[in-house]
Amino acid sequence: MSITLGGVAAAPELPDVLPPRRARGRVMRFVVQHPTIVAGGLLLGVMVFIAIFAPWLGTRDPEAISPIYRLRPPQAAYWFGTDMLGRDIYSRVIYGSRVSLGVGFSVAILASGIGMAIGVVSGFVRWLDMALMRIMDGLMSIPGILLAIALMALTRGSVYNVVVAITIPQVPQVARLVRGVVLTLREQPFVEAAVASGTRLPKILIKHIVPNTMAALSVQATYICASAMVIEAILSFIGAGTPPTIPSWGNIMAEGRALWQIKPYIVFFPAVFLSITVLAVNLLGDGLRDALDPRLAKRL
Amino acid sequence: MLTYILRRIAATVPVMGLVALFVFSLLYIAPGDPAAIIAGDQATVQQIAHIRASLGLDRPFLVRFADWFWHVLHGDLGTSIFTNLPVLKMIEQRAPTTLSLMTITLVMSIAIAVPMGVLAAWKAGTWIDRTIMVMAVLGFSVPVFVVGYVLAYAFALQLPWFPVQGYVSLSHGFWPWLRSLILPSLTLGGIYIALIARITRATMLEVLSQDYIRTARAKGVGRREILYVHALKNAAVPIVTIIGIGFAALIGGAVVTESVFALPGIGRLTVDAILQRDYPVIQGVVLVFSFIYVLVNLVVDILYTVFDPRIRY
Amino acid sequence: MGMKRRTFLGASAAALAAPAVARAAGVLKFIPQADITILDPVWTTAYVTRNHGFLVFDTLYGTDAAFNASPQMVEGHVVDNGGRLWTMKLRDGLKWHDGERVLARDCVASIRRWGARDAFGATVLQFADEIAAPDDRTIRFRLKQPFPLLATALGKAASNSCPMMPERLAKTDPFKQVTEMVGSGPFRWNARERVVGSLAVYEKFQGYVPRPGGVASGTAGPKIVHYDRVEWHIIPDAATKMAAMQSGETDWWENPPADNALVLKADHSLVTRILDPTGLMGCMRLNHLVAPFDNPAVRRVVLDAVRQEDYMVAVAGTDPAMWHVPTGIFAPGTPMASDVGLGRFTAPKDFGKLEAALEKAGYKGEKIVLLLPTDLPELKAEAEVSADMFRRMGFNVDAQASDWGTVVQRRASMKPVAEGGWSVFSTFWTGLDQLSPAGHVFLRGQGKAGGQPGWPSSPAIEALRNQWLAAKDVKTQKELAVKLQQQAFIDVPYIPLGQFFQNTSYKKSITGVLDGIPVFWNVRPA
Repeated sequence: MSITLGGVAAAPELPDVLPPRRARGRVMRFVVQHPTIVAGGLLLGVMVFIAIFAPWLGTRDPEAISPIYRLRPPQAAYWFGTDMLGRDIYSRVIYGSRVSLGVGFSVAILASGIGMAIGVVSGFVRWLDMALMRIMDGLMSIPGILLAIALMALTRGSVYNVVVAITIPQVPQVARLVRGVVLTLREQPFVEAAVASGTRLPKILIKHIVPNTMAALSVQATYICASAMVIEAILSFIGAGTPPTIPSWGNIMAEGRALWQIKPYIVFFPAVFLSITVLAVNLLGDGLRDALDPRLAKRL
Repeated sequence: MLTYILRRIAATVPVMGLVALFVFSLLYIAPGDPAAIIAGDQATVQQIAHIRASLGLDRPFLVRFADWFWHVLHGDLGTSIFTNLPVLKMIEQRAPTTLSLMTITLVMSIAIAVPMGVLAAWKAGTWIDRTIMVMAVLGFSVPVFVVGYVLAYAFALQLPWFPVQGYVSLSHGFWPWLRSLILPSLTLGGIYIALIARITRATMLEVLSQDYIRTARAKGVGRREILYVHALKNAAVPIVTIIGIGFAALIGGAVVTESVFALPGIGRLTVDAILQRDYPVIQGVVLVFSFIYVLVNLVVDILYTVFDPRIRY
Repeated sequence: MGMKRRTFLGASAAALAAPAVARAAGVLKFIPQADITILDPVWTTAYVTRNHGFLVFDTLYGTDAAFNASPQMVEGHVVDNGGRLWTMKLRDGLKWHDGERVLARDCVASIRRWGARDAFGATVLQFADEIAAPDDRTIRFRLKQPFPLLATALGKAASNSCPMMPERLAKTDPFKQVTEMVGSGPFRWNARERVVGSLAVYEKFQGYVPRPGGVASGTAGPKIVHYDRVEWHIIPDAATKMAAMQSGETDWWENPPADNALVLKADHSLVTRILDPTGLMGCMRLNHLVAPFDNPAVRRVVLDAVRQEDYMVAVAGTDPAMWHVPTGIFAPGTPMASDVGLGRFTAPKDFGKLEAALEKAGYKGEKIVLLLPTDLPELKAEAEVSADMFRRMGFNVDAQASDWGTVVQRRASMKPVAEGGWSVFSTFWTGLDQLSPAGHVFLRGQGKAGGQPGWPSSPAIEALRNQWLAAKDVKTQKELAVKLQQQAFIDVPYIPLGQFFQNTSYKKSITGVLDGIPVFWNVRPA
């Protein structure tokens, strides 16, 4: 099940709709065969570029307050206008890409890593399986957002905490996915043969199991990444997100929401950036799934 | 079947116990002090300590947990620190709102998304298909609260079709009740519609390529019959699965939707309780949520057997 | 304020005709600032609970728009024995919502319970040798020394007000909440329809006898109710509140934020204006126990760095009608306020010079922890302006974001910042609380004994405050108020950040909304 996502953004499939054609050159062939990967990858690349080169993209200090210039509409001096404290929204949105992408990637990597470890252990070590899966059930049954708010209250608001808070509810999903794959793999002749020939467990894991779960996992990771970015925004809405001194798309939108009727640009620009990025990551995920494992695309 | 259900229910008991202990410990180590919030801005440190003692918050962790757990086993979730009302009563008061919201969201999402998915599958590869699928991805790319504001602005302020906020209980009539929930359900349903539309399309594509459908087509069975009788029936299992999985996302979205539309539901109750550190309420609500989650997934598993007779427990 | 024998008895006799009989009609739908999670106005200082208290509970005295105390539940009082004996007489016909008569001993118990929690109330108890109820309608105060402010204290509209409850409820431990809502106010609490976080319903109390004669003003004068039912609709989100006013679903929004108010002002079906002319006073508290703010010289440099306009624009918008700077330690325009030493708050700031002054004062680069609440927009704005200011002055700032619940706990810690302590937080307090030193929580200098987070210690301020409380006339009080302000800018118990006003917005179809705290008598269909 590649769609086991308790988070907000889960995308099961966006298939190739273009028929394969004879193409000249490997690049062209790749583009034609995997248009979603290319489109998603390009869009995401642009976002990553923006995040890395934020200081050189005509931005100013995103945290500098100047109340006198508050709530200016978009104009030559302030491309996206200014917010309630007179900060430049363009600079905040550009710098905000660092937090949003950072949160998305970190959560995806952490959740897949931890989930994979738990899933593999659970799938191979019978006596631990029961206990681990019950704990995962418990974690899964606590709504992710509520857990995140509680964790946020646990310590001070920080980007680090946002990452931890979003990661925890995602781990069980990955663990279950990986466990499922491991359980099927364990019965495969090549794994049985390895076990029978006395290969040590770590070696089996690294040689046979991990590579074979990568396909499912990388697809899952992209969806986690997308949903993490959306959850970051929702946490900010509730007041439990990235601290207000660090700009993120979520907290720019959350701060501007009371005024969205009068000053829609405060919410509009970060919302557009967020939507494009989530779209890019989802496209990438769909494309990856089709490319890595055609069977997976057909299955649920 | 019955033994399976009983076994499943029995298996949830330790899970619920774990959840209870986890949440209780989390709150215990969390900073934030209800006594200080109650006492207010001008309170002295001594006064805060006095209030803390009168609320029993100065007792050791294990004593408090044991006390609470003992009462939970007897069906008593305690009383709110702030309102002094029984937690169970507060949840009872709020539950109809959240359940109504979720039910209408579910019904509406299925009503919109399944035809969308079927259409996309039938027209696979055309611009119709692509438009529907891009819309589906966008559905979960835009944060819930942005969708809510835009819908409220368009269909409550500019076109005064629906109320801006508030919940009208079913006892005031079906139409007023439905009217108060349509915008919130559309807001919350965005994610669901996207998920269900995509899963429907995917399964339909797979089913449509199967031999027996091809045979049916060749035999001249009508297009509508193929779609709705043969194909959709087989697509039901994955759709039901996604509904069960999406439930957790729905709760998260409900927290936000209830805030935007000022609905007195359980989601907002929880957020308010967390921000005030109203421990008994938080514990009670989380317990209830995880219970519902377990229940929904049990129902989903049972539905499998209804839709797909090959599955047996 | 000569303290000769003075009487208010029969003050209403001169009043004109009896008030027109109120014609109760319909429902008034109100959006309060927050939910009233706590119903007991003595148990908490939350303003929303205080406002709720004035519907359900009556007070012995009221405060009018000019801040004068005048009799409300009492007919009047007689002061004897050189100001040391006050005898108050209850009005006839006062009833509790459960039908019982209001007795003097109910009131005595209520005053005692309030005195255990409120700062001004504690001063009353401290001055009183005896508070007694010699008969059903008489309340007698025997005082250690003349206390001219007694009526003012009992009639205060600021938190905690002094609500009258039946003795059985007033005997409740002051540190335990009263949740049975039986008062003698103009409205009854409808517990059956209450939905926490969503709806509170008040019904007109048929047995309420408004004060005869006079004019309703603030919490004083006749409380005549024109609606059968007042509903408080709790809406958490500002954008939704605004939409509810625009669509006409609600009649009155207590406190639209400045930027939303601009839009509501343009709406011809609404009246949007300032409700409480004393406004809200921004206050920044530095922690006097922890370095570097244990050093008065460093505190004074911070005092000089504050530009109040920056705070006010961030909190209340660019319309200068919505805020007032510079402000000192008392609400501007009230008798105790003065301009002494206020030039610093408007002077242009040279952060290079401030940084040098800071070094000279002995700042050694210690980390300062600034508490930044994320869930209250005004406090968040204040803290963000502060963070920016401290950074520019060369402080090593750690702005710690959390919800308000964590801030109030965190600030009770006396420990160094490395062990979970704090250096600075800001809040606001209504101008009503800062009319005089009596109820001014931030203007104390009792150190650790005071128990106020920040623990400022200033014997000079305490001495001046005691002199003020015993002052015999307004002239002396004013002189002492100036000295207090000068002293406050030396010891810096807190830093005033300016005064801002909150709008209220209601439909043109209602009229009679009184200035001050939101009250629900006198309001009627236009």
